[in-house]
Amino acid sequence: MKFYRSHILIGIDDTSLAAGVKEFEALLLSELEKNKLADEINILETGTLGLFGTGVSMTVFPDQVTYVNLKIEDIPEIVAEHFLKGRPVSRLALKAPLKKHYDFNYKNRIVLENSGKINPEDINDYLAAGGYEAWEKALLNMKPEQIVNEVKASGLRGRGGAGFPTGLKWSFTAPIQAPQKLFVINADEGEPGTFKDRLIMEGDPHKLLEGVMISSYAVGATKAYIYIRGEYKLCITRLEIAIKDAYEYGLLGKNIFESGFDLDIFIKIGAGAYVCGEETALIESMEGNRGNPRSKPPFPGVEGAWKLPTVVNNVETIANVPGIITKGAEWFTGYGPDGCSGTKVYTIMGDVNLPGLCEVDMGTSLRTIIDEFGGGIIEGHQFKAALVGGAAGVFLPLERLDVNMDYNSLREYAAVLGSGAVLVMDERTDIVEMLYSVIRFFRHESCGKCSPCANGNEMLYQLISKIRKGEGTQEDLDNMVVIADTMFHTSFCALGQSLVMPVKSALEHFRADFLKRLKIK
Amino acid sequence: MKTLDELRKIREKAQQDMKLRDGDNRFKIVVGMGTSGIAMGAREVMKAILDEIAQRGIKDVLVTQTGEKGLSSMEPVVDVIESGKPVITYGNMDIAKAKKVVAEHIVNGRVVNDYVVSTDK
Amino acid sequence: MYEQIFGKYTPEKENLIYILHEIQDSDPQHYISEETVHLVADYLNIQPAHIFGVLTFYTMFSTKPRGKNIIRLCESPPCFHRGSEKMLLKLAEMLKVKIGETTADGLFTLELCACLGVCGNAPVMMINDDVYGNLTEEKLESIINSYKGGK
Repeated sequence: MKFYRSHILIGIDDTSLAAGVKEFEALLLSELEKNKLADEINILETGTLGLFGTGVSMTVFPDQVTYVNLKIEDIPEIVAEHFLKGRPVSRLALKAPLKKHYDFNYKNRIVLENSGKINPEDINDYLAAGGYEAWEKALLNMKPEQIVNEVKASGLRGRGGAGFPTGLKWSFTAPIQAPQKLFVINADEGEPGTFKDRLIMEGDPHKLLEGVMISSYAVGATKAYIYIRGEYKLCITRLEIAIKDAYEYGLLGKNIFESGFDLDIFIKIGAGAYVCGEETALIESMEGNRGNPRSKPPFPGVEGAWKLPTVVNNVETIANVPGIITKGAEWFTGYGPDGCSGTKVYTIMGDVNLPGLCEVDMGTSLRTIIDEFGGGIIEGHQFKAALVGGAAGVFLPLERLDVNMDYNSLREYAAVLGSGAVLVMDERTDIVEMLYSVIRFFRHESCGKCSPCANGNEMLYQLISKIRKGEGTQEDLDNMVVIADTMFHTSFCALGQSLVMPVKSALEHFRADFLKRLKIK
Repeated sequence: MKTLDELRKIREKAQQDMKLRDGDNRFKIVVGMGTSGIAMGAREVMKAILDEIAQRGIKDVLVTQTGEKGLSSMEPVVDVIESGKPVITYGNMDIAKAKKVVAEHIVNGRVVNDYVVSTDK
Repeated sequence: MYEQIFGKYTPEKENLIYILHEIQDSDPQHYISEETVHLVADYLNIQPAHIFGVLTFYTMFSTKPRGKNIIRLCESPPCFHRGSEKMLLKLAEMLKVKIGETTADGLFTLELCACLGVCGNAPVMMINDDVYGNLTEEKLESIINSYKGGK
């Protein structure tokens, strides 16, 4: 038996066959023969290497270097460098080896535990998965105060972006005596790069409904509204089906389970306005108005829709409630760090191998989220920046890659968790272009009610456009920071206050990109 | 409108049905029909699976839908579930791949390795 | 006119957005005319000016006639980063229209929109109620062609 110092495993599957793996293999063998290496290095064919969408790929043993997206032109370099000189060609090598099989992390999921498993249009599927046990327990065995206290003890915080403690929010409205109180779900998911609420509503609408039922009972609301953005057609359809079925099963309506408690849930739809994610603008829209935010106080919890006490919570937040009721606050605090308990859904997109989302413990590091769940940076490229928290987020550089993704840790870097969106950019990205896109978004979405936001966005847009054209000056850069700061201090609502984060972080960490584009360097 | 007792009975029955479904049907095929899946062609994949099953006269397979698992880049995603075995998740499906999965996995009992993205239980 | 739609909703202002959506969806030109505004105002007993205010605030509504199919290409940062500008150029070239315009045959209106929440498949667009992901120039051609066949 021959002894080979090295083995090359070439993956043969449909993708690599389509990419011409056979021809590649023949040429590689002849190149090895030409260099008199054919006796030392053995080529073996194997099935798929599990590297999806990576064309011709091969792994070299014992070095365990995996090359992907190989071209015939790469053969001489690999043979000369790797097999003759023993230096793997890092340009072509896979950085973090992809897992052969993707881990959806179902064992550690709370809000998305059923999404991708059950039929969202069949209430029986949800029941079979233990659905509505929490509603039964809450309504028949718990007092509203007990539920508020349990949620307080769980440490659950708002997943819409601000991170306000949910139990505390409820405790402002629960004691108010009013003929009618309302519970509203903010499902106006419009933060660019965010689609966590969509997955919950499309994949497990009953979980949201069960959360709404328990939460409404806790604060004493007998009417609940789910405000969904108009673009989310499938969410609207599936929630309509779910609500209809819940009435049929006696989970909604009058005197539910003979408890004496009544509850109706309605859907309200938006029509394309990012600002309606702001809770008072959302309330305006629900009433049939333009979505201009209201002045606070009074806070909606005291005087909200139709002047009634109104609690507004995000979809992901409330999807945590059934679990907290069935399994208890202590179970919930077992996830995530102190002060930021529970899981978080992070959406990952941009220059990664496997865009999508993951639900993991709150406080998982940005690096883990990108490498393990996003499949790492696209082969052959390096991390440059991540826009974390949506358009109203922060550009984080390489040095911040190990930050833990929770409310408190991110605040140390003047960053925010926001909606949990992670837009990854590799070295080919020009941050000037990205900031332009962010500013253009806000300029379009400003509602026009207050001048700091309406005018500030326009001024920022003019400046970034000038810089893009190569006509900008150092002074323009400084002015952008001044304008964004002024908007932060004087804008009426969070929309106008948000731009300071992307503007400042882009200019602080990626100033070189801007300097390159200036007129006078 | 149902009473609590009736609801509990429905839940028990649904849980029983889940087990029975596995007993009656050799396989359950679940197509991911969230917006990402549909945007990448899940409807066509679903139709191809149903067509292929009808054409081959296969009776003991249940085809159903679910939401998204979260791996947008691998959509459309299809699970093949066989009682007592790990769930096989196929990714980046299209009409031809769907037909091949029915022919190989369902008919011949051979997992089509090339398309597998996960084998979570 | 619109009795059937009005019949589904009580005459309260809170139903305005629902009613406008339904009327616009049922209109072959997907828009709300001035005449319609007055009919809705009468039904809900509110000022026409209020309805104009609402119509022009929300991007999904149009006060101008549009084509049979409405293309809405996402221009938010995640899609921008993955090449939405290139897709826009391609669409404009294929359809021979600018943003907001309708093709000569009345088949398509080209619009831009904010994040559709399908960012894992960026760049994306919506045509009417259907979303299309991982767009490329070649893919755009086949999608647009599929709507030309009377879909």
